[in-house]
Amino acid sequence: MPLLAFLLAFMVLPIGGMLRLAISNGELGSAMPATTEALRAWDGQGVPPEAVVAGFAAELRAAREARALGPVAQRLNNAHPGDRSLVQGAARRLPDEPDGDWRATLAGIDEAWGEPRIWRSLQAASAPWTDLYLLQALDLERDADGDIASVRDDRAIYRSILGRTFLISLVVTLACLAIGYPLAYKLASLPPRIANPLTILVLLPFWTSLLVRSAAWIVVLQREGPINEALLALGIVDEPVQLVFNRIGVYIAMTHVLLPFMVLPLLSVMRSIPPSHMRAALSLGATPLEAFVRVYLPQTRAGIGAGCLLVFILAIGYYITPALVGGAADQMISYFVAFFTIQTVNWGMAAALGSILLAATLVLYLIYARLVGIDRLRLG
Amino acid sequence: MARQTRTTGQALGHGLLWLWTVAALVFLVAPILVIVPLSFNAGAFLSFPMPGLSLRWYAELWQTDVWWRSLVNSLIVGTGATLIAVVLGTAAAVGLAMARFPGKDALMAVLISPLIVPLVIVAAGSYFFFIPLGLTGSLLGLALVHAALGAPFVLITVGATLVGFDRNLVRAGASLGAAPLEVFLRVTMPLIAPGMISGGLFAFITSFDELVVAMFLTGPGQRTLPRQMFDGIRENMSPTILAVATILIVISILLLTTVELLRRRSLRLRGIRE
Repeated sequence: MPLLAFLLAFMVLPIGGMLRLAISNGELGSAMPATTEALRAWDGQGVPPEAVVAGFAAELRAAREARALGPVAQRLNNAHPGDRSLVQGAARRLPDEPDGDWRATLAGIDEAWGEPRIWRSLQAASAPWTDLYLLQALDLERDADGDIASVRDDRAIYRSILGRTFLISLVVTLACLAIGYPLAYKLASLPPRIANPLTILVLLPFWTSLLVRSAAWIVVLQREGPINEALLALGIVDEPVQLVFNRIGVYIAMTHVLLPFMVLPLLSVMRSIPPSHMRAALSLGATPLEAFVRVYLPQTRAGIGAGCLLVFILAIGYYITPALVGGAADQMISYFVAFFTIQTVNWGMAAALGSILLAATLVLYLIYARLVGIDRLRLG
Repeated sequence: MARQTRTTGQALGHGLLWLWTVAALVFLVAPILVIVPLSFNAGAFLSFPMPGLSLRWYAELWQTDVWWRSLVNSLIVGTGATLIAVVLGTAAAVGLAMARFPGKDALMAVLISPLIVPLVIVAAGSYFFFIPLGLTGSLLGLALVHAALGAPFVLITVGATLVGFDRNLVRAGASLGAAPLEVFLRVTMPLIAPGMISGGLFAFITSFDELVVAMFLTGPGQRTLPRQMFDGIRENMSPTILAVATILIVISILLLTTVELLRRRSLRLRGIRE
């Protein structure tokens, strides 16, 4: 199976590598091997013994001269913002000979070196693996005793990002269902002569570039756009409403992009329901509403499940559309994975957020495979 | 049985359903169509009414090097990715259709998964993976990832043309003395060709429109068309962008028509009536 091998090489391996990054902790070990060894053996009380600190000072200088200090400073900064300058500052101002002992010398450069906190951070960075990033991604941290605790409210951001991602996906899924179900119902009940061209109208946006559709919504929803013009002309509003670069824009544009993924599975299920079922129910005395709720609706449950799961799975991974039509407070997990990878180079954090997103997707995918069956997955 | 006479309530219900259907279709199509006339705007604004019609934005596009370069990059990546995807996807589809073994569904689930895994995961994963291999900042790396994203489409479309495939045809070919490769090329291939072509088109459009992986894997030297558009939309939304968008819409309509015609042809070839 060449495809399997290819996918292993270019999908599974990279994704596996990313999962490893989420817990990898090798920065200190490769730049300061002796300190790493010594800190692993340290009991974590107070400031480490002079021998350990002296070894650290020697390796700090060596790392700086070898220009290998960057990753270590980055790693410490990831866990405790501000540690980058602490480490870089110490390395820059480190004298050749200690002023008395190395513990006092370092504490003289910055008081923080005389406190246990930074040494415990270094010890945490010397373990082979770390749960730092995965905990951070859930707004958790290890406190001074090593127990897992919630971070202070002013530093908690990730739970709200995760919550926002799920909320946006949920709203979009429900909107797609509300718009898509009646549409699919009508298309399924029309004769093919009329239904086929109308189905092509559903497929057209599906084939149109995502960027084209995002650009289109910016034009349509902008303050001078046709929607606002119409609202003004009808006297519904007195001044243009802000419809884009905020949450409303994200909801509208994402619903538009994902609607075909709802309509197509619904349509394929509805087309397989014989119209005689409804006629039978009606002839047996059911009102149209009763017939619909008790005969038709239950038969479309598979389509509803398939459409909703598909839309939700695709929605939680969205990046481009919210980035273009949303504001700063409407960005979803994917945006932060990209942000941490490309802009702040906090790869551990990017990988941890990515792992959470991947886990959520795979769970939903498994449910989908169970409920609907893989062979029913049709994207066009 | 006499057709039941409709009550006022039912008529209202039917009317509302029609209204909803039309509104939903307008919602789907109108935003896309709105930008087409705006790309012919003689003025520099993105709103109606337009002062007049002109082709100036298309002319500007024609004369701008960066757009041409990004188009060429996109075509290179798209073609490479499509070729790899079609070869691998077809082989996998034929293999899966001919063989029966335990765990086939699970294997299928793995092979289809690139369609489902969020793009940013694929992008970040391949970015971390390609850095030590020196494949970032290259069109080759991008084409390889796009091929992985496109192959499942080929697998699905070719798989669909193999439903109802009469295996006696292969046996007949073999019994008449053809080598397996010859049987594949002269018997199987013509029958699954519509699936290969539409899968290939799917794979191509996927690559041609893909932005997230491109953002991670390419540098300024390998800008693709979506990348160029993204920056344009973010920084300076001008009618030039709408001109590009209009061209892309025309391409989409052409591809959509082709795939639909191929699907019908394939059904006819296999004697299935809609």
